[in-house]
Amino acid sequence: MKKEFFWRISLIALATVLSIVFFLPSTQLSSSLPEWLQKYGIVLGLDLQGGVHLVYEVDGDKAVEITAERLASSIGNTLKEEGIEADVKQDGLKIVVSSTNEKAFDTVASDFRILTEDSRTDGVVTYALEGAEIDRIKALAIDQALETIRNRVDQFGVAEPTIHRQAENEIVIQLPGVKDTKRAIELVGKTAILEFKILDDEAPVAAQIPGVINPEEKEGVMQEFADKIPEGDEVLFGKIINKETGVETDRVYLLKKQALMTGDFLSEARVDIDQRYNEPSVSISFNSTGAKLFEQITTNNVKKRLAIILDENVYSAPVIQEPIAGGNAQITGTFTMQEARDLAIVLRSGSLPAPLKMLQNVTVGPSLGKDSIKAGLNAGILGAILVIIFMLVYYKIAGLIANFALVLNILCLLGVLSAFNATLTLPGIAGVILAIGMAVDSNVLMFERIREELRLGKTPRASIDSGYDKAFWTIFDSHVTTLITAVVLFQFGTGPIKGFAVTLGWGVFINLFTALIGTKTIFDLITTRTDMKRLSI
Amino acid sequence: MIEVIKNTKIDFMGKRKVALAVSSVFIVLGLIAIIQVARGAANLGIDFAGGTSVQIKFNTPVKLQDVRQTLTDSAIEDFDLQDLPTENKVLIRIKKKEQTLGELSKKIIASLSDKYGEDNVVVDSTTEIGPKVGSRLRKDALWAIMAAIIGILIYVTFRFQFRFGVGATVATFHDVLAVLTIFFLMGKEINLILVSALLMIAGYSLTDTVVVYDRIRENMRTKYKKNTIDLVNQSLNEVLSRTIITSLTTFFAAFTLYLFGGEVIHEFAFAIMLGIIIGTYSSMFVATPIVLLMGEEKAFSKK
Repeated sequence: MKKEFFWRISLIALATVLSIVFFLPSTQLSSSLPEWLQKYGIVLGLDLQGGVHLVYEVDGDKAVEITAERLASSIGNTLKEEGIEADVKQDGLKIVVSSTNEKAFDTVASDFRILTEDSRTDGVVTYALEGAEIDRIKALAIDQALETIRNRVDQFGVAEPTIHRQAENEIVIQLPGVKDTKRAIELVGKTAILEFKILDDEAPVAAQIPGVINPEEKEGVMQEFADKIPEGDEVLFGKIINKETGVETDRVYLLKKQALMTGDFLSEARVDIDQRYNEPSVSISFNSTGAKLFEQITTNNVKKRLAIILDENVYSAPVIQEPIAGGNAQITGTFTMQEARDLAIVLRSGSLPAPLKMLQNVTVGPSLGKDSIKAGLNAGILGAILVIIFMLVYYKIAGLIANFALVLNILCLLGVLSAFNATLTLPGIAGVILAIGMAVDSNVLMFERIREELRLGKTPRASIDSGYDKAFWTIFDSHVTTLITAVVLFQFGTGPIKGFAVTLGWGVFINLFTALIGTKTIFDLITTRTDMKRLSI
Repeated sequence: MIEVIKNTKIDFMGKRKVALAVSSVFIVLGLIAIIQVARGAANLGIDFAGGTSVQIKFNTPVKLQDVRQTLTDSAIEDFDLQDLPTENKVLIRIKKKEQTLGELSKKIIASLSDKYGEDNVVVDSTTEIGPKVGSRLRKDALWAIMAAIIGILIYVTFRFQFRFGVGATVATFHDVLAVLTIFFLMGKEINLILVSALLMIAGYSLTDTVVVYDRIRENMRTKYKKNTIDLVNQSLNEVLSRTIITSLTTFFAAFTLYLFGGEVIHEFAFAIMLGIIIGTYSSMFVATPIVLLMGEEKAFSKK
């Protein structure tokens, strides 16, 4: 055997063996393979194994507003601590401080440098968040949201989540294989801003406000009392679900708007079984700063009611019987065990800096994927059989050789996808099947060339050689153009379409190898070893 | 040797005027379709239009009009109910630009679960797309098709002469537009999957064009004394059989996908099948005549 042959045959053999070895982990044999091999394998896309693909937009404006709110509350506390009499009001992105004491403004200027002075009249200074600060807060909000969502997903337990930023203020979350998609979405998207506010039971209007209403009455109540609510107060609702009937009602609360404390000081949250009602609840602990603050708040508000609010929903509003030291509190409500557990996760991983707006939600159940794989497999096998039969009938022995290249092509494609842990999606399966149809194209071009050469009266050997030479550039050009579109598809496409681009691209690439080296080698083998007079083509 | 097509002497170029007229109609209609898509006036998939779609698999057979009634009774409006080729599967689509996503799909699933029992209703998939994502995807899709076509123009110009590049590009553009036109006229859904099919068609339709061009270029070198039209006709006849056979094998693959690939792939495969047929036609009747249009008298004597 000639040396050149040896190399070519070795190359084909090596490609075959490697493809089989790397493809094995993608089959059911995976678990019985050596460990180093198990990490390879084709990854099923979200559309095939089920899961959720979410795109959220972080509401940057709201994040800025929340920051302004907290700044106002923080300014109020600082001035109080220093014993400076002042009135602090927040109005959108502006904070108005009125005081007869000049020291109040000096303190704000030195302690809250992110604020810029907007206007100053006698005893009243308006501060504002400026452009650069606003941008910084928005940017920070996205980073924080990413971090928080990562934390939550980690604790939820998803095998291979993808969480990344997209465009300016969007977050893409992919959770493949998640079965309870509804729960996952709720866990990820919950803002989870925990606030403690004092009820304003002393206001005259408090007595007029109804206690418990039906959910559809909410708006009416809001409208009715809009003008009657004292300044600095707000009305919030607390959802109550009757355990026996499942009927939902809302309790109405009148509260002081300013949050005395937020979930920022939380150090731990865990599920407890409430002893009195034998119901799950969530126990929270504050860090040392939080504990001190909590003690101070409870000391100052004994006999008043303290509302525990999560995302604008009042969970409970117990009366403070005595100052609470130690920094522990409990959130009760009608939770199921699962809800309590998820709430604990959400609280532990911290609140989102601003509410998220859902832009896109693609949820795929696990059964659809199975159906799709089955359908794809059937179509693929049938397509391959059709092509194989056609080539055999039309090109005889040469067709057999082309079919060998086709099988080699499919094998290598699966091997490569597996070795690179490529993601196979439903359109990706279509890509593999189309690659089967295209795989023989190169051979058809060559065979037609060879036939032409034979007609000119050349020997089989010479016909094959010049047929391959002349068809080479045609094949090369047509492959490159398909490759160009595969690259564009990869750039442009999201999940499923990227999968199509990947299989199409690799399919084209491998096709060049199997068609140009694979079949040529076999032809050469036949023509050099036998003295062929007629070529079956 | 089996030969389906043997020693043909078809006067391809004699029919080029008719062909160009037909193709011009396709291109004009296709451009109209693009404008309609950009305006959101075509039958856009919810990935482009924004909205909600829910695919449900029932474990026992259900009547489509019962499902429709159930949804109507639950005050779900403007929905489009579709019976999928797979057994007991329905697709509910609502192209309503909702500001808060998530509620509508829950409502649909709840109303069907109430009526048919939770065990009977399997949610295959739900897709909710906000209006912002929809319009962005629409824009991206147009750019992607443009980028692919420009990439092809550059490559073909680099490998052949500029006029071949133009011919190949117009042919590719023609194929993409023709398939889009057919989808548009048939009222079929225009969505992301169709766009990937169009891109795939753009790449694939070039295979045939390159085969034809290669032969013309080769004949240009060896038979340069011949009349241009004859030379082109001869080239086309010479490669006719391989052009048809290569299309045929890929057509087989697309056809099995069309029949057995499942509901998502069905329309995708249909587009590919159309693309293969149109691509074969355009390599002979669009790509080649355009090269002639750009310089018939300038015989192919270069090199």
